[in-house]
Amino acid sequence: MTANLVQFTLDGTPAQAPAGTTILKAAQQLGIAIPTICYHDYCTANALCRICVVEVKGARVLVPACTATVQDGMEIHTQSERVQRARRVILEMLYSTVDLSEAPEIEAMAAAYDVDCQRFPQAEPRRPPLIDDNPMYVRDYAKCILCWRCVQVCAEDAQYTYAINFKGRGYETQISTFYEVPMPESTCVFCGQCIGVCPTGALKFKRQYLLEIGYAIEEILQMTRSERGGRRRRAERSA
Amino acid sequence: MAQSSSSFEALLTSLAPQGRTALLPALHAAQETFGYISDQVAAQIGKALGVPLAEVFGVVEFYTLFHRHPVGEVLLHVCNDPACALAGADTVYKQIVFQTAESAAGEGVSTKVRVEKSPCLGLCDHAPAVLVQSLPVKASPAQTWQELVAATATRPLTYVDGDVRLLTALCGRHTTVRLDEYRRHEGYRALEQALQSPPEAVIEEVKASGLVGRGGAAFPTGIKWQSAAQAPGSPKYVVCNADEAEPGAFKDRVLMEDNPHAILEGMLIAAYAIGAAKGYIYIRGEYMLPYRVMQRAVEEAQAAGLLGERILGSDFCFEIEIRRGAGAYICGEETALFESIEGKRGFPRLKPPFPTTHGLFGKPTVINNVETLANVPLILRLGAEEYRRLGTPQSPGPKLFCLSGDVKRPGLYEVPLGVPLRHLIEDLGQGMRNDAPFQAALIGGAAGAFATPEHLDTPLSFEGLRAAGIPLGAGVVTVFDSTRDLRDPLYRLARFFAEESCGKCYPCQIGTQRQLEIMERVLEGRPLPGDWERLQDVGWTMTDASICGLGQTAASAILSAMKHWPELFQPAAERR
Ligand SMILES: Cc1cc2nc3c(=O)[nH]c(=O)nc-3n(C[C@H](O)[C@H](O)[C@H](O)COP(=O)(O)O)c2cc1C
Ligand code: SF4
Ligand code: SF4
Ligand code: FES
Ligand code: FES
Repeated sequence: MTANLVQFTLDGTPAQAPAGTTILKAAQQLGIAIPTICYHDYCTANALCRICVVEVKGARVLVPACTATVQDGMEIHTQSERVQRARRVILEMLYSTVDLSEAPEIEAMAAAYDVDCQRFPQAEPRRPPLIDDNPMYVRDYAKCILCWRCVQVCAEDAQYTYAINFKGRGYETQISTFYEVPMPESTCVFCGQCIGVCPTGALKFKRQYLLEIGYAIEEILQMTRSERGGRRRRAERSA
Repeated sequence: MAQSSSSFEALLTSLAPQGRTALLPALHAAQETFGYISDQVAAQIGKALGVPLAEVFGVVEFYTLFHRHPVGEVLLHVCNDPACALAGADTVYKQIVFQTAESAAGEGVSTKVRVEKSPCLGLCDHAPAVLVQSLPVKASPAQTWQELVAATATRPLTYVDGDVRLLTALCGRHTTVRLDEYRRHEGYRALEQALQSPPEAVIEEVKASGLVGRGGAAFPTGIKWQSAAQAPGSPKYVVCNADEAEPGAFKDRVLMEDNPHAILEGMLIAAYAIGAAKGYIYIRGEYMLPYRVMQRAVEEAQAAGLLGERILGSDFCFEIEIRRGAGAYICGEETALFESIEGKRGFPRLKPPFPTTHGLFGKPTVINNVETLANVPLILRLGAEEYRRLGTPQSPGPKLFCLSGDVKRPGLYEVPLGVPLRHLIEDLGQGMRNDAPFQAALIGGAAGAFATPEHLDTPLSFEGLRAAGIPLGAGVVTVFDSTRDLRDPLYRLARFFAEESCGKCYPCQIGTQRQLEIMERVLEGRPLPGDWERLQDVGWTMTDASICGLGQTAASAILSAMKHWPELFQPAAERR
């Protein structure tokens, strides 16, 4: 076992961990917290939000702590200036893009990194209309941070159902069914796994949604399946 | 269009056994047959290849050459990037749109012609560039679209010259070198030579030559081959990266169109060296002509026993398949390119692991640029020592430079690495096109940085440019004279990256969009207070924290301009 231990320093403190340990886990064991957004213990890690980046001496660019593993002799800095700038700017850019009002973990991070939520005036946010097309859940992609978790649990990470994938690319990317068909016409089996992993309230059980928009619990319980399954989109509702 | 729906179905049946990797070829066939990809056709393809429907949709949506809705019978692409902008591309675009709208009003043909703005078409020396039905024509602002469509038969000819003519010995003559002619010029001699020595010796020779990759990342080729050769796992693959889409780059197009067998020979030698039996050439979707030329060259080589079983009487077997991209700059990034061949959206993978151990289909893979591979037969023919006489000790060999913009003679120039930038612009390119003096050159393409008059004596070598803070990249030099407002190309580059970001990682997905919005204000001369700091923050965050080279260089040219010309980023009123 000891043969497989690697030695490194984390924020100046010498440490060791079994080879193959991610920087994130190694730091956790030393009581050093590194923020994460896209990472989830039960999903394939894609290292795409980049909030967990740390500075490794000698590396040209910052490395994602959630997937990069500790190596012998590594000198890791989790709070260098470059790291702090990257985290702050990523959060500021997220605020300029999506509705984070139901993402308390991100809000806490914003406070910790001195984030100006209004940093980007005149920025074009992503505000697609809410999709309410089935009795079980609503999809409000104005809150979607493209963490990919829902796509992954619907596919190889859990369900092998492949109901959802991506529409567009770059800034215009949105989670979508095949040719944007309503959920009931897709391969979705309404297992609810995607709702369970969504970190921002973009996917939400219908009942919770109906409560939030002002229905009383009795009213909701009395609704028929098709009444709950309406196709109202946010734009139509406000019209 | 070329195919009928029954021949499409036959093709789909023949592709079916390949499964998912045949997804892009099937979508290309559908797009060509029907003019777009309907949900029914997409579902048919998904079922035939065993790909979940939502994922077929995801792929259709990723690539700009695939359309969910019908497009016109005649499709025109007008280049929108810096070199063409200097030559009036915006006017060409407006003219064509205006004319087509006008003729549509008169004749009721509104669905017949569709005009799209396109990223660099690799025809920068023929600016302003236009593709008509995927084939190149040189435009002028005075042309009608009917004239443009009628002109498709003539292939724009790139001017090729230089201090040495090794890679381009048979290029620039306005004909494609066919197999028999290639063989008359010592073609495939290097392959014969390689087959007579052990693979390790071939790798040693390439290592000794000091060849570094010509695709932009400047990685030593011999070391790459060695690690793929030593990697456990089989089969192994050789991939030729012909996705050339860097704004300002057209060297790989010329090599493919003029001397395709040199590239095949390089691939064969690489395959022999690492023990690969299958290779792919991935050609960007906009390069229809190079695709046809390469396809014919592969057929010639097959017929002559240079591809297939027991090549040249040896035990070595190798086959090559050509794949077309479909409108995504990111697919030039090596791991995104693998994903694309595998039938997926072009999302870059995390590295490590690297392609030499986990490449195409998860197998050990060597991926090299077209020009890198074209150097290989040369190295074996000359011998590493002789090859190294060219260039500098750290940057050996000849290099192709794509010169465009405000020079008298844009073209493709072959020089030994290390000649000064001035030589390329003033001697080979014959200096400035108009009376105005040199202001700047964008070196390395969109992912590059600016050279100013002070840099004119900088040697064009990897180390020489690096010392000046400029990447050599793939060898792109776009020249601007002193009358040019550099905010225009800077804005275009920002738009290019916003359009081409794959959207996987936050810094680049959002950063390219915010950068574009700020550059729009800068272009109009009305930046907001704080925009300078925003550009810096966004730029450095993309550079430091993005997953791949696209995001890591998406701010490179802008940050370089901020250093040289801070006044460009001030409000118009405050500038002097
Ligand atoms: C966004 C992006 C686009 C790229 N486009 C190309 C390309 O079009 N052609 C190419 O050869 N390399 C391209 N590269 C570099 C490849 O990832 C890879 O380094 C190269 O193919 C290796 O070949 P070489 O070692 O022969 O240069 C690109 C890289 C990035 C990040
Ligand atoms: S909907 Fe939720 S889980 Fe799915 S990508 Fe968006 S934020 Fe992530
Ligand atoms: S840097 Fe840009 S292109 Fe590369 S993975 Fe991230 S979003 Fe995609
Ligand atoms: S948590 Fe590591 S990149 Fe998202
Ligand atoms: S073809 Fe227009 S810039 Fe390259």
